[in-house]
Amino acid sequence: MEAAIIISILLYLLSAAGYLAYFLLQRGYLQRAGFIALIGGFVFHTASLGLDYFQQGHIPATNMRETLSLAGWAVAGVFILLNYRYNLKILGVYAAPFVALIMVIVSQLPDQPAQTTRLFKSFWLVAHVTVIFVGEAAFALACGVGILYLLQENSIKTKKRRFFFKRLPSLDLLDSTGYACIVVGFTLLTIGLITGLVYAKSVWGRFWSWDPKEVWSGIAWLFYAALLHERLAVGWRGRRSAIMAIVGFGVLLFTFLGVNLFMEGHHREFTK
Amino acid sequence: MRDIILIGINHKTAPVELRECMAFSKDESSTALDVLRRISTIHEALLYSTCNRVELLMVTDDRNHAIGAAKKFISDFNKIPITEFESSLYVHENDEAVRHLFRVAASLDSMVVGEPQILGQIKEAYRGAAQAKSAGVILNRLMHRAFFVAKRVRTETGIGDRAVSISYAAVELARKIFGSLEGKRVLLIGAGEMAELAVEHLIRNQVSETLVANRTFENGLELSRRFNGKAIRFEEIAEHLRTVDIIISSTGAPGFVITRDIVKPVIRARRSRPIFFIDIAVPRDIDPEINRLDNSYVYDIDDLKGIIEENIEDRQKEAVKGERIIDEAVIRFREWHEALDVVPTIVALRGKLEAMAEAEIKRTVQGQGMSAEDSQALQRMMGSFINKVLHDPTMYLKRDGMLGDKSLHIDTIRKLFKLDE
Repeated sequence: MEAAIIISILLYLLSAAGYLAYFLLQRGYLQRAGFIALIGGFVFHTASLGLDYFQQGHIPATNMRETLSLAGWAVAGVFILLNYRYNLKILGVYAAPFVALIMVIVSQLPDQPAQTTRLFKSFWLVAHVTVIFVGEAAFALACGVGILYLLQENSIKTKKRRFFFKRLPSLDLLDSTGYACIVVGFTLLTIGLITGLVYAKSVWGRFWSWDPKEVWSGIAWLFYAALLHERLAVGWRGRRSAIMAIVGFGVLLFTFLGVNLFMEGHHREFTK
Repeated sequence: MRDIILIGINHKTAPVELRECMAFSKDESSTALDVLRRISTIHEALLYSTCNRVELLMVTDDRNHAIGAAKKFISDFNKIPITEFESSLYVHENDEAVRHLFRVAASLDSMVVGEPQILGQIKEAYRGAAQAKSAGVILNRLMHRAFFVAKRVRTETGIGDRAVSISYAAVELARKIFGSLEGKRVLLIGAGEMAELAVEHLIRNQVSETLVANRTFENGLELSRRFNGKAIRFEEIAEHLRTVDIIISSTGAPGFVITRDIVKPVIRARRSRPIFFIDIAVPRDIDPEINRLDNSYVYDIDDLKGIIEENIEDRQKEAVKGERIIDEAVIRFREWHEALDVVPTIVALRGKLEAMAEAEIKRTVQGQGMSAEDSQALQRMMGSFINKVLHDPTMYLKRDGMLGDKSLHIDTIRKLFKLDE
């Protein structure tokens, strides 16, 4: 394992520790330290991915280890952007440990490069993989925001306010951030699916082949489409929206991991 | 070095009956300062009197005499015998007096820890002392330090963060639900001091419009004028629930004014925008079952009281951090105060001149390539020059008949030569 990735994992762990300490002790400098460590981890992570790209000559998404690493990178990146846009610092309590966990799993997985075939050398594949992963990262954060929303709502409703009430931001901020995450995630998922279809057409000569991953991605897409529709049409927000975001991410997680591990299909050769 | 003395009573040492007797109004305070200034042993004085405390701060050369004189003055001025208040009186000297003042200014000694009014009251008292010219070098410095410390405690600890009154607690909650209250609409049902206070706090937080519903429309109309709002009829409440976000209810009605059945259809019509009911009435106006509906929240008076109790506990925890800041400030002030004396000032003055001479000699010797003998001669010359220069200022400082406020002269010299840096 190269040095850059080890440094980035250590920084992610440090960041996770910083955010957890911030959550407990409520000191601003802990949050800042956590955020800086996360940015540092992200920089090294990006460098490591860039290196892989140039060494292998294609996007490093050929096995489980690489795809997970890419997923962790996307979550870190989207969180950093989100933090600038919405100033939702506390979300780091979810994002940093999440990224750290992914990366620790990555470090434990075997690194055996798959057979590189002509399949990997296509603009459409790079677009498909990158866009899908950033979109999934947005959904992952929407799920985190949803969890925070439920915790805060529960503390307000039950009037037992001691721990979470003080530490979590307003319901309105959580709800609108979650919504923004889902809009971004949905847009990218849509683009990602389209590029995937185009790519499939160019490689296999057909857009859709009922591959399990395709089917489950379609289900996830429909699920989020329903969520957005309900929000726009009848104003689903708050609790229901938060629960949907969490369930939706569960579906996505299954699409990502479950399908890779348990089902056959043409995505399998990418993700062994 | 002159002593700093603080004597006083507060809510912990004296019952309200006694505090009432000893309180000074603003006019009385300035008269009092005039009288105190004429007491020969009291060089500087400052007096503050609030509903929870009466405290007198003095700078003196003869502390026993000054304390006695001050007690007698309080007794004469308020026409109560010394024996009646002496047991409630505390006397703090120097470090303890400074610490006490800092704690009071930072609101650590208040009945409700962290309440913000006390600092304003002390600033007012300082203004009074400045006008009466009863504050000199030491009190000027001390009071400015007190204001600085109070500000530090407020910004660096959470001592004033959490609401400790019903109306503030309601606003705090609303902010946790809505984030910003800007543009939110408020409906006040009924009337009452606490409810009106809550509405005022909400208006200060930039809510856009206030509606007032009262059984007697005229009363509602009158109240709505005060809030620059709009009066609606009692029967119209249900219909307005679609557009308002925060409802404060305080009526004398025996049963619920707003029931679950009224609110349930409203939630859908509102497209699930959150709605927050604050029920200050006893018996309650708002059906507590409404709290179970999605995106609607109900807090009654007991819930709000519960919040306040928690918040007071939090403040007390934060106060411990404040004490640390104060300890540090007391030490810093003592260093300044101790230096404000003849001997340390002469020592500091000499030290400064010698350091300057040393540096200049070094430069000259290096630049000219002088021999060891020449440089020794130069050093001797500088030494006697410094002695000559310091002779007159030293005599001036040591002379017993130095007129007026000694601290003032010392302070000027220290500032002139920048001895405190």
